Amino acid sequence: MSFKDTFMNGEQGLFKASGLTPMQKLVLRFVVVGLLYYGFAVIEGMIMRIYQIEPINAIPDFQYFAILTAHPLVGIFGSTYSLVFGAFLFLVPFLMKKPLWSYKLGNWTFLLITAGTAIFWFAGFITHYAPLYTLYWPLPVDFTQFNPIGGSFFILGIAMVMLGTVFFVINIFKTISYTPEGFEKQPSAAILADAIGFSGLRNLFLKKNKQKEHLVSLPVAAIARGTVDTALNSGVILFTGVLILVYMVGHLMGFDLKETAIDALLYKNWFWWGLDLIADGLVLIFVAGTWYLLAMLITGKKLFMQNIARAALLVELIVSWTVWSHHLLSDQSQPSFLKIASGELVTAFELITQGLAFYITLATLWSARPLKMTNELKFLLGGLLGFALAVPAGIMQADIGLNRILHNTQWIVGPHVHVAILVGLTMTLYSAVYILFPIVTNGAKLYSQKLANFHFWAHLIGGIGMGAFMGMAGLNGMLRRTIYLNGEFNLYMILAGICGGLLLLAFLAFFYNIVMSIGLKGVIGIFTPSKLDVKNLLPNEE
Amino acid sequence: MIDSQIVLNGQTIAYSCYAVVIILVIGWFGLRITKPGKSSKISHSLFYTFVGFLMVLGVSLHIITYNTIPWASMDINRANIKPDKVFNITVENHQFNLPSDKLVINVGEKALFDVTSKDLTYGFGVFRSDNSMIFQMQVVPGHRNDILWQFNHPGVYTIRSTEYSGPKGAQMILQDVIEVKSL
Repeated sequence: MSFKDTFMNGEQGLFKASGLTPMQKLVLRFVVVGLLYYGFAVIEGMIMRIYQIEPINAIPDFQYFAILTAHPLVGIFGSTYSLVFGAFLFLVPFLMKKPLWSYKLGNWTFLLITAGTAIFWFAGFITHYAPLYTLYWPLPVDFTQFNPIGGSFFILGIAMVMLGTVFFVINIFKTISYTPEGFEKQPSAAILADAIGFSGLRNLFLKKNKQKEHLVSLPVAAIARGTVDTALNSGVILFTGVLILVYMVGHLMGFDLKETAIDALLYKNWFWWGLDLIADGLVLIFVAGTWYLLAMLITGKKLFMQNIARAALLVELIVSWTVWSHHLLSDQSQPSFLKIASGELVTAFELITQGLAFYITLATLWSARPLKMTNELKFLLGGLLGFALAVPAGIMQADIGLNRILHNTQWIVGPHVHVAILVGLTMTLYSAVYILFPIVTNGAKLYSQKLANFHFWAHLIGGIGMGAFMGMAGLNGMLRRTIYLNGEFNLYMILAGICGGLLLLAFLAFFYNIVMSIGLKGVIGIFTPSKLDVKNLLPNEE
Repeated sequence: MIDSQIVLNGQTIAYSCYAVVIILVIGWFGLRITKPGKSSKISHSLFYTFVGFLMVLGVSLHIITYNTIPWASMDINRANIKPDKVFNITVENHQFNLPSDKLVINVGEKALFDVTSKDLTYGFGVFRSDNSMIFQMQVVPGHRNDILWQFNHPGVYTIRSTEYSGPKGAQMILQDVIEVKSL
């Protein structure tokens, strides 16, 4: 096939959008939008990398901070939420062998996240609303620095994403527990209890012959438990958004509400409790579940130490509710009890829960040796490595002594945050994309294995390298969330910038590979309605 | 008191060694699982040993740092320690207001920095002339933000906000305003 033919029709013309079910189209729409927003986040990241080497004259500082505010939100909500929610809305019914509870609600999740992200991004871009994702009170309502109209649209966009998230939560739990038409009645309560992890926990204390069989598979259990945190998190963010909106509307109507009515430290505790449900809750739980699923799919074997894995997911859920105080170790009014119990000790439990998931996944892979080094396997190993690097980095900073000299430095955002998200989480998601690609495209073929290999190495080296050089700058005192005007940390920032460039090239290679695999017509076809039954996940299902 | 730079050097060495080892382990694992050969059954005792190791590691990190990093225990017990000097500092409209142009401290003295924010959440960090950090804390409005510190080396040090407080706060820097004198 000529280049033009491949570009238009995909590799060997194998991908036919007209043959996709509505569910396949829905998951592919999530993937396309998730990748586009990932591209946005990477470009924003590169602008900021350059800015840290030398401030760009064309971008004033207030614009820079608007980018800094939008960047993590676009990355997490626009990209990661899209990829994860799309995959799970497909995988839960796929693994439970029944249709999604509501295709319409799934579509609403897609529309709300896509539009909500666009709205908060534009609001930030145009009006420079920049209180950062942390929203430390009373910064989001400081109208001497920020435009309340821009802020209102920004909050509206975030609220739309959260509403889409609530729809996702409802859809997941209903799909797990409902009985589809024509199916034998399913025990909803027992299924939900198993999904949340009670039966796994009970089995640990029962003799083998008395242990009850699980009603849901381990990956579904992991999705269910991560979804609990997703629900709580969306509640916290929605509540906070409404609070900020009340102040904004008040200001626009001519009366300013008293900022001191809200206690800044209590608010910080509340908001970090909610935010950590993403960072330390749903990310770690979803990731562990995805590792388990990938390990089982790659090896075709049962998971090593299944019951322990299930119990660990429940422990992780409880850990994620009680871990937030490690973000407040430098807040002197934060009670010492919370700093030590929640900030240090509960946080240290993440080393154990994530270590368990790491070990169980590796042991499952090891038991099936020899394995072929497929794209999904190599990206899974990359994802495991990412968290093996990032979690201990996080445990170190969650220490009262070390936090005093690490908090808000580039160490936090480099070896911990970016290595966790870019190497750990994103490579795990890429592994899922590579393994699901033939399933959701009805057997489309990847355009180039060489590009896939380049994608892997450039992403891995770029991600770890960028995190490492940011970390070195942090250990030498470089702060995050600020601008250095005199090239104080240029050596590290140039090296981090080169690694960031590798990440950008990796993404472009991957995006080009996917477009060439399904063709431009295929990409457009994903967004046209399907004529097949919404209840079928795959076209050959009856 | 041990200098924060020594702690940072120790951390750099420890984490770098760990990073190299874990990269090599995953690299080795990736190579090994593609080689022909059957795997022997993985023993459960190895798994439980690994879990035990993680528990010991997680808890011992904090015990070790509490007993070796002097500012950790001093920070927790600061209400019971009498400072040699107290500096009351306020922050408002993205500006630090110091009690005097220079804060002069003698080496070995315990200095208490009591910082009050009148509006936003800020940070309070003290930095060496090479931009490396000595310590920092958050400055939350409506709450007491105090930190006790003992300087070991003479020199001049810079105060800088370590928390984002909007674009106006990006350059909240007071160059060389702390002077630590040798006795």
